[in-house]
Amino acid sequence: MSLRTEARQYGVAIRAMLIFTVVLGVGYTAVITGIGQLLLPAQANGSLATLNGKPTGSSLIGQGFTDKDGKALPEWFQSRPSAAGDGYDGAASSGSNLGPENADLVKSIGERQATIAESDGVVVEQIPADAVTASASGLDPHISPAYAEIQVNRVAQARNLSPQEVQSLVTENTSPRDLGYLGEPTVNVLRLNLALAKLKG
Amino acid sequence: MAVFFGILQIFTLVAVLAIIYRPLGDYMARMFSGGRDLRIERGFYRLLGVNPLSEQSWRAYLRSVLMFSIVGLLFVYLLQRTQAILPYSLGLPAVPEGLAFNTASSFVANTNWQSYSPEVTMGYTVQFAGLAVQNFVSAAVGIAVAVALVRGLSRRGSSTIGNFWVDLTRGLWRLLLPLSVVVAVVLLIGGVIQNFNGFVSLTTLTGGSQTIPGGPVASQEAIKLLGTNGGGFFNANSAHPFENPTAWTNLLEIVLMLAIPFSLPRTFGTMVGDKRQGTAILAVMSTIFAVSLTAMTIFEASGAGTAARAAGGALEGKEDRFGIFGSALFGSASTLTSTGAVNSMHDSFTALGGMMAMLNMMLGEITPGGTGSGLYGMLVLAIITVFIAGLLVGRTPEYLGKKIGPREIKLASIYILITPTLVLAGTALSIALPGVREDVLKTSILNSGLHGLSEVLYAFTSAANNNGSAFAGLTANTPWFNTALGIAMLLGRFLPIVFVLALAGSLAAQEKIPATTGTLPTHRPQFVGLLLGVVVIVTALTYFPVLALGPLAEGLN
Repeated sequence: MSLRTEARQYGVAIRAMLIFTVVLGVGYTAVITGIGQLLLPAQANGSLATLNGKPTGSSLIGQGFTDKDGKALPEWFQSRPSAAGDGYDGAASSGSNLGPENADLVKSIGERQATIAESDGVVVEQIPADAVTASASGLDPHISPAYAEIQVNRVAQARNLSPQEVQSLVTENTSPRDLGYLGEPTVNVLRLNLALAKLKG
Repeated sequence: MAVFFGILQIFTLVAVLAIIYRPLGDYMARMFSGGRDLRIERGFYRLLGVNPLSEQSWRAYLRSVLMFSIVGLLFVYLLQRTQAILPYSLGLPAVPEGLAFNTASSFVANTNWQSYSPEVTMGYTVQFAGLAVQNFVSAAVGIAVAVALVRGLSRRGSSTIGNFWVDLTRGLWRLLLPLSVVVAVVLLIGGVIQNFNGFVSLTTLTGGSQTIPGGPVASQEAIKLLGTNGGGFFNANSAHPFENPTAWTNLLEIVLMLAIPFSLPRTFGTMVGDKRQGTAILAVMSTIFAVSLTAMTIFEASGAGTAARAAGGALEGKEDRFGIFGSALFGSASTLTSTGAVNSMHDSFTALGGMMAMLNMMLGEITPGGTGSGLYGMLVLAIITVFIAGLLVGRTPEYLGKKIGPREIKLASIYILITPTLVLAGTALSIALPGVREDVLKTSILNSGLHGLSEVLYAFTSAANNNGSAFAGLTANTPWFNTALGIAMLLGRFLPIVFVLALAGSLAAQEKIPATTGTLPTHRPQFVGLLLGVVVIVTALTYFPVLALGPLAEGLN
């Protein structure tokens, strides 16, 4: 192949890449952004949850309900352990990536179980697995209904509420499986805690 | 109960794939079998300076594939290197050379291995103008090469195998772009974000502050899965609630990964004029898929291993909304196609569950494999099978009326040697090379011991097979891994393509020989069984010794 034909063919490849970038990169992204912002602005902007008109998080992104030292605040339902940054850092989504035999992971699980057993007044066997394991994203907004269940008494006591009152909020904020059979039943922790906050209101 | 729902979810998936198999497969067959150009396509060809009616020899076709990919490689590299001056870069600096090379190779090779954490590395422009565009075009290149091989099998006495620019264009304009638009809107409805807000800081319920990320995610998510690419907009990939917010988006994303790879056998059957041939290929793909999925699900549900037993279930690195079943299904689909997206962290899987992810990739990404690459990989193994069957039961080695002679067997044999060589050499060098070894053990490996070897093995398996998923504990943003994995991805993608297209050319040139009593029928269960055997023996067994040193040893301990 002569140099000239080769140069001509590279010209084709370069023009193709430029046009694809304009259409598939810029155009396509712009169209989807337009549709999202015009027709589905709530979802497109992150499904924000508000308290008294102020955004206080995203209902899809988990939050930590701890004090500055990372200690669990008893009056809030607790999320799962998080490996995103220092915990629930939306700019640093991540799992722990610790392996199934990793000694540090085994140790952390034991410590988390001890902490929860003490704070929630339960035995280790009652603590579900999701309560002591970090999620894949580090931003899991959910806990299992079982983990919500064992927190009810602690939260009620810390807030001077009856366990029945708290329990009914848990029930209201428990979602069944999608379409009745996809995935797992979940409790959205931020929504549940927002309901608690409004109760006090 | 959870088991019942888990199985129901799998049945739903199978039903959806079964429904789209014919229409999508036939649509692709029509698309690549001549027909008129759309007006927009004619304009596009004029801009390119390409005559859509002229056909290419296999050499010219290959040259176009390689030139287009080299241009793409440079383009993505330059975008990353100039990030500081691009709009919507979120104040991020230029991506360093080594990482930029690795990332450019990764996305051009349809691998989407990510040595970086996107949130702190890639601004929006690099993502949508560089990475997302490669998600589209690398998938279309894979389909084009597969179609070229199918033409080689269906044509007789032809010196050409199609026109790359036409195949590329039609794959994009008529298939990937329209589907992506629809899918992106559905994902938006599910809660996937699409904005240019950057990182927004909020005050949380407890009075602390939290950063909420933004970005044009839905548009990129759609083609990431549809094109079996897998590179996440965020570090947590499809585990991130903004990429995959609900259990139903999770199932949708699984469908997207499998839709094109599982429908291409129909395209193949239709194009060679014997649909039963496509069904036979589909049967092989489905059988291995079913067995592998069952195994991974059982391993994860068993909750084996010290950590999972202590916690009461293998939920480390899994999201509550997907659960064990939604995670194992996604993980299987992602590693059996060449997607490599994750909705759960494979590094934290049970030892044997993680091994299944590895084994899935080691099968060579053919059950059903990547968009296009799955079909051409499987067809190469079908050619090997008729040859072996010829030796075993004394049949004349021919496939679809094409004689499988010394030239075809040489090409197919070299094809199947490339990936294992890259995987095993790469892993061995990482552990053996003085200087590299210390760096790998100290800097890169997160989990020491047997699991550490698994992390390195997983990385090279993923790169050479163009999957892109990871045992993500491995710190791969080092000079050694950026370079070695970058080279493994490029060689693992383009060397096989060279041999596939050579094979296409050699087959197309042949006349069709009529079937005789000595011909092995390639649409019957007997052939399906033989091909299954060849797939398992030729690909997976190659890796048995190294698996025994890593995940098997860990899981059986």
